[in-house]
Amino acid sequence: MDFFRRIYRFYADGFRSMTIGRTLWLVIVIKLVVMFIIIRLLFMPDALGGLEGDDEKSETVRKNLTEDINCQCHCFLYGYNESVIHNPHTISEKSK
Amino acid sequence: MDLLATVDWSRAQFALTAMYHWLFVPLTIGLALIVAVMETIYFRTRDERWKGLTKFWMTLFGINFAIGVATGLILEFEFGTNWSNYSWFVGDIFGAPLAIEGIFAFFLEATFVAVMFFGWKKVSPGFHLAATWLTAFGVALSAWWILVANAWMQYPVGMEFDPDQMRNVMTDFSAVALSPVAVNKFFHAVFSTWTLAGVFVAGVSAWMLWRRRNIEASKLSLRVGSWVGLAGIVLTLWTGDGSAVNVARVQPMKLAAMEGLYDGKIGQELVGFGILNTDKRPGDDQPAMYGEVSIPYGLSVLANHDAKSFVPGINDLIKGISLTSEGDTVNTVSYAERIEMGRTARKALALYDEARKAGDEGAAAEALDLLKENYRYFGYGYFEDPADAVPPVALTFYSFRVMVVTGGYLLLLFIALIFVCYRKPGFLERKWLHWLCIASIPLVWICSQAGWVLAEVGRQPWTIQDLLPVQAAVSAIPSDNVVITFCLFAVLFTLLLAAEISIMLRYISRKSKNDIMA
Repeated sequence: MDFFRRIYRFYADGFRSMTIGRTLWLVIVIKLVVMFIIIRLLFMPDALGGLEGDDEKSETVRKNLTEDINCQCHCFLYGYNESVIHNPHTISEKSK
Repeated sequence: MDLLATVDWSRAQFALTAMYHWLFVPLTIGLALIVAVMETIYFRTRDERWKGLTKFWMTLFGINFAIGVATGLILEFEFGTNWSNYSWFVGDIFGAPLAIEGIFAFFLEATFVAVMFFGWKKVSPGFHLAATWLTAFGVALSAWWILVANAWMQYPVGMEFDPDQMRNVMTDFSAVALSPVAVNKFFHAVFSTWTLAGVFVAGVSAWMLWRRRNIEASKLSLRVGSWVGLAGIVLTLWTGDGSAVNVARVQPMKLAAMEGLYDGKIGQELVGFGILNTDKRPGDDQPAMYGEVSIPYGLSVLANHDAKSFVPGINDLIKGISLTSEGDTVNTVSYAERIEMGRTARKALALYDEARKAGDEGAAAEALDLLKENYRYFGYGYFEDPADAVPPVALTFYSFRVMVVTGGYLLLLFIALIFVCYRKPGFLERKWLHWLCIASIPLVWICSQAGWVLAEVGRQPWTIQDLLPVQAAVSAIPSDNVVITFCLFAVLFTLLLAAEISIMLRYISRKSKNDIMA
């Protein structure tokens, strides 16, 4: 118990005595909040994350890698996890 | 979805974030070593001046470490969002090294960095020194696992493709972790960080000399920085030779692009510098260069350590032609054949899936055999034309030259600095020397970045050499989303960089007004 108390005091004293370190910690916290909460959650979802289970993920990747890559598109109405084959000439029609 | 726009923006975003990440990382690794060296000198001499010096550079290490920490995680986010096919396809090849890197980063660095900064009055000098060396070791070891992952992209080994999971499954951990490409890449990258940190220390010390502040501290720092930097650049050049040999063996198209070489020969010269004809295309009869300065037999020596060896050019690789040193033609696998095999492999994968779902075990087994026979060139099945598999020649060519020329300059710089430090100390008061050292700071970063541009652009169009090109690796997402995150990252990283430079400059300016060694 005393060992853990000494470790705690080591870090507590260290943080308390920081000067430039306080600014750096502020930068670190802001950076992590921006990265993990704003960017990761709002703008960078895992493209396969919405799929259920490894079977569905492997099936999606299989379709993506074995079908004609030039005809592959993404239907915005259904979100990230649907891959649909379209005739390129009809994409602009469906997007309207 | 505009596939090309998504591919290009995803590549641009990864390049932006990786290059920003690599602004911070080499200084962390290299400066950790310099701090450890200075503290070792303090420990051995018990001269308090060295303790002051160690603390000064340690604070700069801490600033860079704090700003740079976790910036690499952005790259992992991108794997999941922008490169989902690639992310799934690489399977546990990437997962294991990145997980190990995370564990090492957390336990080794986080624990001993705290002792470094908080423990001066709390632990014994020996324990503190050990903590500093363990931090230096830990940051370098973190780099090992990232570089293992990158090396696997350049030279995929130690795995077997599982068509049921659609993933590459690791079958030989040591083949992945200790591949010759990984080992050489690690040492080349780490030694280059010693060079970078050496220049940083020399540049900051020179600034203090110019401002006539802390003269003695600056001179002592300059000596340590110069010795570490010299060791770094010599070892970087040595491992650079190893890199060239590896590239010649496992990525000959990258080597050909590095040289702007379209038609190879026995005893191939090395282009020291040249002006590329950027309109030149594989198979046409335009000249490759408008002008060049070459080193006879240089490329044969660099690539194969044999002045009489054949080095294939882009056209030779596409045609599948090689020559023995006696001039006999040897047929290798032409790119047209690779495209055929790649298409066969993709078709076999689709047939295997159909047969498996239909419960036809015989057909599934046949398709699986066909896939295995042709899997080696799976990625070529996405190309229409052999020229699609050629990397951007101009960027590869010029980034190689920028790296080598600036590296050569840095070698001369460190030799000159060491000579000046020990034999002509009067030169340390010359303004031109101060400005040379200060101007070398951005140059060394340019050198370091040029190396990564060469490595990554030279691997194009592959995410995984021969197995997965970028157009197959990218996620099926709208390019607009990638543009938005590109802009967000550009702003975030620029702010971080500005914060670091500002905090560092203010610290150096403030601290140098007092006695650093007190």
